[in-house]
Amino acid sequence: MNIDKDLLNKIAHLARLEFDESTAEEMMADMTKILTWVEKLNELDTDNVEPLTTMSHEVNVLREDEVKPHLSHERALKNAPKKDSDYFRVPKVLE
Amino acid sequence: MIDTSVREKYTAVIGLEVHAQLLTKTKIYNTDANAYGHSPNTNVSVITLGHPGTLPKLNKKVVEYAIKMGLACGCDISREQIFDRKNYFYPDLPKGYQLTQDRTPICMNGHVTVFPKNGEPRDITLNRIHIEEDAGKSIHLAGETDSLVDFNRAGVPLIEIVTEPAIRSSEEANSFLTEVRKLVRYLDICDGNMEEGSLRCDANISVMLKGSTTLGKKVEVKNMNSIRNVQRAIDHEIERQIAEIEKGNTIFSETRTFDAATGTTAGMRTKEELNDYRYFPDPDLSPLIVSEEWLKEIEATMPSLPNDLLAKYVKEFNLPEYDAQVLTDTKEIAAYFEALCGKTSNYKAASNWVMGPVKSYLNDSNENIEDLSVTPENLAEIIQLVDESKVSFSAASQRLFPAMLKGDGQSALATAESLGLIQDSDSDSIGELIDEVLAAFPDKVAAYRKGQKGLIGMFMGEVMKKSNGSADPKITNELLRNKLA
Repeated sequence: MNIDKDLLNKIAHLARLEFDESTAEEMMADMTKILTWVEKLNELDTDNVEPLTTMSHEVNVLREDEVKPHLSHERALKNAPKKDSDYFRVPKVLE
Repeated sequence: MIDTSVREKYTAVIGLEVHAQLLTKTKIYNTDANAYGHSPNTNVSVITLGHPGTLPKLNKKVVEYAIKMGLACGCDISREQIFDRKNYFYPDLPKGYQLTQDRTPICMNGHVTVFPKNGEPRDITLNRIHIEEDAGKSIHLAGETDSLVDFNRAGVPLIEIVTEPAIRSSEEANSFLTEVRKLVRYLDICDGNMEEGSLRCDANISVMLKGSTTLGKKVEVKNMNSIRNVQRAIDHEIERQIAEIEKGNTIFSETRTFDAATGTTAGMRTKEELNDYRYFPDPDLSPLIVSEEWLKEIEATMPSLPNDLLAKYVKEFNLPEYDAQVLTDTKEIAAYFEALCGKTSNYKAASNWVMGPVKSYLNDSNENIEDLSVTPENLAEIIQLVDESKVSFSAASQRLFPAMLKGDGQSALATAESLGLIQDSDSDSIGELIDEVLAAFPDKVAAYRKGQKGLIGMFMGEVMKKSNGSADPKITNELLRNKLA
């Protein structure tokens, strides 16, 4: 699969990552290489193979509906870059 | 407003997505309290806040509640399920993805029967019901440079009920939501409060020319906080789309928000034209297997559902459809009526009492039927007193029932006795009174016998007067006619 400029920009936007325009060519080449390598997997016939969704063999790891002690309000807000006494504060987002 | 003749060229196609917050004690993937109205950021944990290295663990109750809703709607329950990540960035979604079900929704197919105001009852086919987590709440205050985020709601369990694009009118959408709200309340899995957002609805609306087989471009409308507003938003959006098409414009897929003040919808300024959620299976939650045994257990806890009760009241109790609708409108009223019908077999009288004196008292007093001091047993006694002609209906509804609402715990009979409401149904003593009356009006008796049958009312009145209103009117009437014959 070939990564073109549009796809690169789209991926960057979806990931909310910025990159230096001057490195775009290099990144497109690298990503194309990575994808081509992963595409090797397509050579295998997986028609009758159930997709593997977890590395564990456990099923139904469930818990009862009981409240357990959780984080205090102060500790919850402790690592926030910006906060007030009640809320996490983030740069204004408008719908 | 567009012309009716123009409107009639088009048909609307509507699909609804309904989110219902589940009434569990804890969140879907961790043990924080699931509660509304607490101080901001007090029901949070490292899992809710998406701290690195934390792992979710599924709440068993959430699965059971979702399956109950599925069973109530006649869905197929998926026996093997996984969870998926829906990826997007927004400050109220700390992990950067929502844990939801994309490929393997817990319930598939099924339907909800709607009873639209101006139309026939119809089954609306469901596409799916799946379980997922709610996001936190962002608050945008005017004049603030920041947005404020409260994560108490993050991780609250939701079921999302998705219909096929099978709804044809805003009346049907209204009825669909009414029925869904009734169901979740009967099942006791969601409080169904649209104003507080525990039940939310988005509508996908498109229009096409009648007879066309190609669906129009669909527009998603959000931000309706009542059933009435969902109906208004749909009506407006159908009109708007038709008007655009008639002007020669094309409709493009977008998300619009409803403004309750103006009753109109407006496009949202979304930069993200192409939402790409890049769903993929979540590796943190283990697969969920619903065994036959577990499903049976859940089935055994299913309460009577409104439509089952409705059918029973119409078919077995011979009540009019309207009565049955009113009686099954809320779970509480239906429970009261059920208990009442366990104590009396005069179902029509039971229905009249609940729909009449009981409901009007509840409306006036704002009391809940569960707290009513007149228990179903008491009301059954009252009905029996009326049936046995010991108390007249008017005395029962106007004096006995109100007296019992004040509730000193006395039986209906004792209360009726102490109020002097017991009717004289002893035909000997009534007969004596009748003889006295007939003796006092010989000319009227002669006139009656000559054909002035209307005089019966006058005789009745005189007998009643003499008995101080305690003579049983039915028996009095019968005896009078016999004696005058």
